[in-house]
Amino acid sequence: MSTQLQSLPLGTEDIIRFSADRNEPEWFTDIRLRGLELAEELPLPRPEKTRIDDWNFTNFNYKPEGNPVSLIHDLPAHIRRLIGEEKAENVLVHHNGQAVYSSLAKDLKDKGVIFTDLATAIKEHGDLVRQYYLKTTTIDKHRLTALHAALVNGGSFLYIPKNVVVENPVQAVYFQDAPSSGLVAHTIVVAETGSAVTYVENYLSDESVGDGAANLVSEVTVGENARVSFGAVDHFSAGVVTYVSRQANVKKDGSLQWALGQINDGNTVSENATNLEGDGASADTKVVSIGSGTQKQNFDNYIRHVGRATVSRLFVRGVQKDESNSIFNARTKIERGASRADGEQTQRVLMLSEKARGDANPILLIDEYDVIAGHAASVGRVDPEQLYYLMSRGIKKETAEKLIVEGFLEPVVDLLPIEGVKRQLAELIERKVG
Amino acid sequence: MTVPELKIKDLHVSVEGKSIVRGFDLEIKGGEIHALMGPNGTGKSTVASAIMGHPKYEVTQGTVLLDRENLLDMAVDERARAGIFLAMQYPSEVSGVTNADFLRTAINGRRGEGNEIPLMKFIKTLDKKMQMLEMDQAFAERYVNEGFSGGEKKRNEILQLMMLEPKFAILDEIDSGLDIDALKWVAKGVNSMRSENFGCLIITHYQRLLNYIKPDKVHVMMNGRIVKTGGPELALRLEEEGYDGMKAELGIKDDETVEA
Repeated sequence: MSTQLQSLPLGTEDIIRFSADRNEPEWFTDIRLRGLELAEELPLPRPEKTRIDDWNFTNFNYKPEGNPVSLIHDLPAHIRRLIGEEKAENVLVHHNGQAVYSSLAKDLKDKGVIFTDLATAIKEHGDLVRQYYLKTTTIDKHRLTALHAALVNGGSFLYIPKNVVVENPVQAVYFQDAPSSGLVAHTIVVAETGSAVTYVENYLSDESVGDGAANLVSEVTVGENARVSFGAVDHFSAGVVTYVSRQANVKKDGSLQWALGQINDGNTVSENATNLEGDGASADTKVVSIGSGTQKQNFDNYIRHVGRATVSRLFVRGVQKDESNSIFNARTKIERGASRADGEQTQRVLMLSEKARGDANPILLIDEYDVIAGHAASVGRVDPEQLYYLMSRGIKKETAEKLIVEGFLEPVVDLLPIEGVKRQLAELIERKVG
Repeated sequence: MTVPELKIKDLHVSVEGKSIVRGFDLEIKGGEIHALMGPNGTGKSTVASAIMGHPKYEVTQGTVLLDRENLLDMAVDERARAGIFLAMQYPSEVSGVTNADFLRTAINGRRGEGNEIPLMKFIKTLDKKMQMLEMDQAFAERYVNEGFSGGEKKRNEILQLMMLEPKFAILDEIDSGLDIDALKWVAKGVNSMRSENFGCLIITHYQRLLNYIKPDKVHVMMNGRIVKTGGPELALRLEEEGYDGMKAELGIKDDETVEA
């Protein structure tokens, strides 16, 4: 019955022309066409307890344009603030999907680090991109991944060669302001054996977008003994429907840290998954979100233990205001053979309104005996004892509540490596909670 | 500036329908330090929580006047801003909120909008008071009471007291679980507050703390009210004889004791 869904507003010809306009190689055009075909056939994802059938994932302007700038100073003020103008060494700014500004420290270039927009990467590093494009997730997972492959109109490519340790963070910023536009961004982060990098992505849209869409896939490959810290702050405006998928594969003794601030104002489906493939691989996932207004959101955070002695920590916190509705799934799967795996998950949802809804579903699937696994999930209100304590120092009730809620979401703010991004997330939280 | 006054008259308090404090009277003036002693379960902490306004404690009768204003008519935060401070026996932990942010918000809450404390002045004052309590500077950036040891929590209560400079403070078993060094720091902090404009009620089981903070008056509480008042010598006598002797002397039976 999936054919009841809104049909796609474009066909094969459009895709071929779009791809040709962008001078894409044949292999990439073929993936687009395959995506289009699958998008017609496949059903939408079925996020638990969230009805998304009438969400607009498909109708948007997929070829809006950005304004390239040559100097960092010519970027809009709020973007400059976000990247920290003076210190921003490794940064890539996208406007309406188009890369408009980029920089990468010379010593990193010399060491073979690649950081560029996806379109450029496809042209200049086609073989590398091809090796990693749609590999941690599949094109035929559901309609939205297929649609993503068909319409991808932006993205970033970050490649860290073997044993290169990148000290300063690398940042990609995407901002949308074209009316009814859609951002279909695909990000690839590859950290080869023994390398290390901290990457942060920021998504934001202006109210001028109105009804728009975001379909984002970020793929992370953590090589043997490599370390990746991946931070993100999502902030799409209320009219933007978001599908965001962040997928990772971690090889032997590699480690990955996710720090995700999901502060969209519109409806959101989020899939975050980490595959601990190699022995000794580890992942630390921290995710915070706020639901407000009549927003509906679904967050699926998934860890899969495949290698032996793999370790995962999954930490999810959500605040629900007004009449918002969010479902939080935390899934830890330990495959047969993943002996001595250790997986812990904690989900806490703080309800600030009688009319809001928040469900936290802890799921452990274990096919191996010699493991440690644990979960905790709670949905509750602001602790009256904490409130009393703060108020007993003369702090007004509303201020005390705000402090408690901001403190509740602080763990992700704390982890973000860039001052401007930290401040942005703190301010977004403050504004949305306030 | 007139000397502040705290007048507790005929206070009755119930917790979950159970009457615990039954006719408690006490007057404290600025410059005075009073000790409130008594066996477990006589309602000492209940008096403290009721004055501060803990939602679990229901005042069924009586008044608590701070300079002629009835605290009992006010919300918890208004009581605090009126000038009362309670150093709690079990302070809450507030994750994600640093001690410094918490204190600054509290101070600014008192000072009001447009009259916020300048950041540098705040930092300097905080540094000074922390030094006096021999607290590591790192405490300012740690989350409120999170992962603090019992002694650290108590010292943090005294730090808040010193930063907020209330008219009256109630210290609810501030000495429980403190080693002798921590006890001395706490005493040093409280003694530094002594002035005409500050009065203090120390709730304690033991005489020990009173060696370091000399009280003007000592009250003994049993069965929900004050049964005897004296000078510092009363605390010493209790230390030697225990509460049983006094119960016998006053003809008080044990069966009336209640939960704290």
